[in-house]
Amino acid sequence: MAEPALAIRGLSKVYGNGFEALKGIDLDVPQGDFFALLGPNGAGKSTTLGIVCSLVQKTAGQVSIFGIDIDKDFAKAKYALGVVPQEFNFSQFEKVEDIVLTQAGYYGMPMKEARPRCDRLLKDLGLWDKRNGAARMLSGGMKRRLMIARALIHRPRLLILDEPTAGVDIELRRSMWEYMRRINEEEGTSIILTTHYLEEAESLCRNIAIINRGEIIKNTSMRGLLTELDTETFLLDLAAPLETAPVIEGFEIERVDSHQVALSVRKGTDLNDAFQQLTGQGVRVLSMRNRANRLEELFVSMTSQPETSKGIDSESAQSTQAKETAS
Amino acid sequence: MNTRQLLISLWTMVVKEVRRFVRIWPQTLVPPSITMTMYFIIFGNLIGSRVGEMHGISYMSYIVPGLIMMSVITNSYSNVASSFFSNKFQRSVEEMMVSPMPNWVILAGFVIGGAARGLGVGLIVTIVSFFFTDLNLHHPLVTLAVVIMTAMLFSIGGFINALLAKKFDDISIIPIFVLTPLTYLGGVFYSIDLLPQFWQNVTMINPILYMVNAFRYGILGISDIPVGGALVAIAAFIVVLWSLALWMLNRGKGIRS
Repeated sequence: MAEPALAIRGLSKVYGNGFEALKGIDLDVPQGDFFALLGPNGAGKSTTLGIVCSLVQKTAGQVSIFGIDIDKDFAKAKYALGVVPQEFNFSQFEKVEDIVLTQAGYYGMPMKEARPRCDRLLKDLGLWDKRNGAARMLSGGMKRRLMIARALIHRPRLLILDEPTAGVDIELRRSMWEYMRRINEEEGTSIILTTHYLEEAESLCRNIAIINRGEIIKNTSMRGLLTELDTETFLLDLAAPLETAPVIEGFEIERVDSHQVALSVRKGTDLNDAFQQLTGQGVRVLSMRNRANRLEELFVSMTSQPETSKGIDSESAQSTQAKETAS
Repeated sequence: MNTRQLLISLWTMVVKEVRRFVRIWPQTLVPPSITMTMYFIIFGNLIGSRVGEMHGISYMSYIVPGLIMMSVITNSYSNVASSFFSNKFQRSVEEMMVSPMPNWVILAGFVIGGAARGLGVGLIVTIVSFFFTDLNLHHPLVTLAVVIMTAMLFSIGGFINALLAKKFDDISIIPIFVLTPLTYLGGVFYSIDLLPQFWQNVTMINPILYMVNAFRYGILGISDIPVGGALVAIAAFIVVLWSLALWMLNRGKGIRS
């Protein structure tokens, strides 16, 4: 059996002031997977990924990238790794192509190999026209794509995307999804994605782990996770105003406003039955949509425990402090 | 990484560093040249003509090696301090940290880049000095060895400063409050023979005195201190500071949480 692209065992991180950011997590990302690592802000996602790519020092545990233990040969493991971080982390004053080519140089790639690869990536990611401009002149979306080009220059087998589409408009986000899907499916690059757009994770990823307060609370396939969703809620837009919500057998329905009701449907229930009952009561439905993304409903139910907000605030403060100390 | 990959990564680091200070040449190369020209005009020409000779050499010629060395020291130090701290501030240091480049290559890249700027400015100041005086190299090898080693030493110093710095102010404290006074009191403008014995003894603990005098020996053939000892001391400082900087880098001091 092929070694996992990423294998984490008993990984823990305690910051200098005693805050426990990771509590001995285990995680496997199979080769070729498109894997979502989700969690609320401050849950431990960035700490985990920071340890994997050597930006954060672990307290205990083992991390292997394609079977290479980072404690034994981190340099070799790093060849297999490409990282697109959450925040812009390139020199704003350098030229776009220089940023990509310099990264190639850090990996020991000769210029005659790096140059055509760089040109290809800049063209694929729509940055070709900007290649001679300073990075600070790029839009936010272009800066994100620049970081993707930089991360791919050395042909990594595992790509870590930490909120790659944050702040990117919908059209561009979808074109970036297409690109990520392509490198995953056609080039076989394993991808780990963290995102706050749960629609993005649902659309792209085959497997998922949810981390909360330093612990993995779910690690399963995306399909398997979505089948755990017991109830879906649909918003129905009505043709005529209603004073009270209609009562229909076998369904929960609540009035949102005069022209909208929320219909809760349990898994396995026949939706036609609801429409028949509504039609029988003279209620005409013009359109319907999910109240929330399916994954979002699950995510919120799993991570919104009573202590969560306290835990998140606490860790955010710790992370901020750690970053300020580091810079 | 194999040897070829190591060389490519080191070359990349050096090119990046040189490209940075050349790109901002009005901030990095022009100001020291103008400042030193002022020193030549005011101290060398106007005041120096009334001072007369020092160790049998015109005052203008006497101060030239010290002023070149002063440029090399301040520019090597500030180049690495500001470049590495900018990398920390913009988080572009992460580009290096996630790569397989060993830490010694990162350190060497910054040190060579800093030394390149120090030596570049030193060369510009030397060329400017030709408008004011004639220089004949007495010991070219000593001159080269001292200037290169000094540039390296202060580049490493700038690197350590940037590693420890948490804000931009922290990279200007050492140059302003330590380097500048030590340089002015390191025999750039006078021979320590002019000082009372007590202050001569105090001056002997200033490391910059040894660098300025060893360099002056290479150019003019005169020195207040034994040159061999100075070369050994500079080399020892390089080894100690290099080891310290590499140890800090390996520990992730100031760059890893």
